[in-house]
Amino acid sequence: MPNFYADNDDIRFLFKHMDLGALARLCEEDFKFAPQFDSAPAGADEAIRNYEMVLDSIGQLSGDLIAPRAESVDREGSTLNADGSVSYAKGIAESLDNLAKAEVMGFTLPHRFGGLNFPNLVYSMATEIVSRADASLMNIFGLQGIAGTIEAFASEEIKQKYLHDFAAGKITGAMVLTEPDAGSDLQAVKLRAFQDNKDNWLLHGVKRFITNGCGEVLLVLSRSEPDRSGGLGLSLFVCERGPTVHIRRLEDKLGIHGSPTCEIFFDNTPCQLIGERQRGLVTYVMALMNGARIGIAGQSLGIAEAAYRIARDYASSRKQFGMAIQKLPAVRDLLIDMKIAIEAGRAMLYETSRVVDINICFERQLELNPPADKDKLKSLKEQTRRFDRLASMLTPMSKYLCSEMANRVSYDSIQVLGGSGYMRDYAVERHTRDARITTIYEGTSQLQIVAAVRGVCSGTAEKYLAELAQKEYDPELKDLLDKLAEGTKQLFSAVAFVKQQGADYMDLYGRPLVDIAMDLIVGYLFCDYASTKIEMDVAVEDSDEAKEQTMPMKKRKALVARRFITRNSPKNAALIQLICSGDKSSFTDFAALIGPVPVE
Amino acid sequence: MAYNCVVLVKQVPDTKRVTGKAMNDDGTVNRAALPAIFNPEDLNALEMALDIKDRFGGTVTVITMGLPAAVAILKDALYRGADEAILVTDARCAASDTLATSYILSCAVKRIKYDIVLCGRQAIDGDTAQVGPQLAEKLGIPQITYVEKPVEIEGQTITAQRNIGNGWQKVKTQLPVLLTVTGEANVPRVAAAKKMMKYKAAMTPAGVEQKIKADNSHASDDEIKEMAVQKCSEMDKKGLLIEQWNLDFLKADLTWCGRSGSPTKVHRIQSVVLASKDTKSIEPTDDGLAGMIHELLEDKIIA
Repeated sequence: MPNFYADNDDIRFLFKHMDLGALARLCEEDFKFAPQFDSAPAGADEAIRNYEMVLDSIGQLSGDLIAPRAESVDREGSTLNADGSVSYAKGIAESLDNLAKAEVMGFTLPHRFGGLNFPNLVYSMATEIVSRADASLMNIFGLQGIAGTIEAFASEEIKQKYLHDFAAGKITGAMVLTEPDAGSDLQAVKLRAFQDNKDNWLLHGVKRFITNGCGEVLLVLSRSEPDRSGGLGLSLFVCERGPTVHIRRLEDKLGIHGSPTCEIFFDNTPCQLIGERQRGLVTYVMALMNGARIGIAGQSLGIAEAAYRIARDYASSRKQFGMAIQKLPAVRDLLIDMKIAIEAGRAMLYETSRVVDINICFERQLELNPPADKDKLKSLKEQTRRFDRLASMLTPMSKYLCSEMANRVSYDSIQVLGGSGYMRDYAVERHTRDARITTIYEGTSQLQIVAAVRGVCSGTAEKYLAELAQKEYDPELKDLLDKLAEGTKQLFSAVAFVKQQGADYMDLYGRPLVDIAMDLIVGYLFCDYASTKIEMDVAVEDSDEAKEQTMPMKKRKALVARRFITRNSPKNAALIQLICSGDKSSFTDFAALIGPVPVE
Repeated sequence: MAYNCVVLVKQVPDTKRVTGKAMNDDGTVNRAALPAIFNPEDLNALEMALDIKDRFGGTVTVITMGLPAAVAILKDALYRGADEAILVTDARCAASDTLATSYILSCAVKRIKYDIVLCGRQAIDGDTAQVGPQLAEKLGIPQITYVEKPVEIEGQTITAQRNIGNGWQKVKTQLPVLLTVTGEANVPRVAAAKKMMKYKAAMTPAGVEQKIKADNSHASDDEIKEMAVQKCSEMDKKGLLIEQWNLDFLKADLTWCGRSGSPTKVHRIQSVVLASKDTKSIEPTDDGLAGMIHELLEDKIIA
């Protein structure tokens, strides 16, 4: 099998194009860790080399070992044993052992806990690569935010107790949030946390739909303030798997069969408080969920990449009407749209990860070593706020864009394969089933839109798009940049209209508003790629004519940008008309349009 | 109980990527045309040693005999979890056949405290499978060849399952022992992140000197030597210095090394070019398949 990093031109291009050296300097705090830790880099070039070596190793592991196991993992699933323990599918257990030995289970954890201290941007690349091999494995590999949350908010004692083992891959964790009556609305969580007469915390109650709930370390959102309803009555606790933690059932799911989804009953389980009481949902779980959303975006990208490659291959070899089907106009368009959609998702996710990295590093600097100079401190605070707002908008956008894209791409991949795609002989049906959850968990697309549209309407998007427009671009892209500028103008006139209509109207038209904003952002990012200084040739093979050619990536990205922007501008103009139509029939005519509730 | 393992590895041309330029006109291998890789079954031997270390504790030392460029596979072994790596390199090793090679390696292994010596079953360039067994003889220890499963060890007793072609055989013996390991024995682990980040800078003393020379083109030989000594001691402290041994250090009997120690005589090299002569299509029906199988049986292609 190929190396899933080395065979992916787009990831390799972005690895070179995005300024990883600057991120490395931030994450490594000016490379101050090098004398203390063997694996810490002494400079930007060394850090970048480290990142690339590790991605290459994960790419090899994913291609050679993880991907070949994915089909049997999907068939086998997880097992709830008679003694209440859970067994992973054989392939998942083997892959977790591989990942632990590859020392990649503490990707973003600091050096002092045995982590790699890598930026989230590189972690997103790794998540995508692993998910392309087996989407369900990502639900464990991609849960490193649990250790990250402990690192960010727990006491030193708790950190020392767990983080070394997380980094070594000896233990895995779970985010234990959802309950039967608290899904999207986590403020409704009921599971009780109470103290015994020695002030020890205990947990009692039921949690449902818990990914990897059989993990060794569980972060549990629970009601510690019985008199307080809502989010401020909730705190976050850490507990260990043990005799008082009962896995009652494993869900029988449509996809991601390798990832065990557990119902858990906590029967007076001893636990420890993370951070402060009452900040469980509002601070800690929000941070945890934001990390998880980026993880799901990476998972979505990996699934889409895997599905697209099967369709691409099939379309070049399947002959109908005397020719390869990729020559048919309709199939051509399907393939191109899939490929560009993946690149758009990747552009958005990687940019988001970069922004999140800067935000985290600035926050850490403010907390641990704020500048003594008053003006510098002020400017750092301003920058931190700016990146925080941007991350809060881009994170739900990435999750929404990538997960919807993965569903569309895997759906279209089956379409390209036709009847064969519907059969279990090809992996596209698995990718389609695996993709389906991505628009649902860690916040549905609808909730991502609610979060993102605030950024679009509150000035964050406007400032960010203005910054993007100020960057230096290749002169050849001028007509495209004009289209983006015009689109931006239209978007914000629509935003002004929406604001006059009130909050309900904003949520009603949240989807087109966010869609247009994302298109504009991706359009600028594509133009940025098309202005790259990186010299890299990529293969543009036409297997029909069996000749291999190469083209500079810069030139190829210019073509991508041109098609993307030219084709989306008229669609977005139409969406603007829709938004500004003032149509409120969803409110006024709901009952008539939807009909009665069906009677059994 | 902890065990010290020594793994013997070889850098070989990647014979899976054979192209038209893979052979020289005289029928010898054109090493320049093929990428140099870690001999695949040596990776299985290394994995077996690392697995023994994971289960029982102890150390894993990797030795290769080869050109200075072979340091690449030693670094790879460090990335995967080996504790120490040794390069045996000496121009006088050139043209060694399996007898001379096993002699030189025996001199190296004797300098190390070991319980288990592991080799890949065979290298994909020579395909002789002789060096391991010859080495065991020269070390005077028992050998278990063609090991196809992880081994069991209890105290000083080791039990291994070996492939005997038409089945398998379980063999028990006392340590120390030499094992040769097949590709079925395990799945080699990949390079580990933190070890790569650390050992990517690892070098042999000769490598250090070469790099200093390249970086300081105006320095005199003495200055370079001095800088190299200092740099080597720094790297040694960090565990980044790969040991390099030559035949003098090994106190090897030179008549047993290189060409003079190699009784193998190449009688003839034949360059066989396989070309298809004609093709035959077979209908995908039961009759068609039966006819094909009958024909293959007649021609004794299958038995």
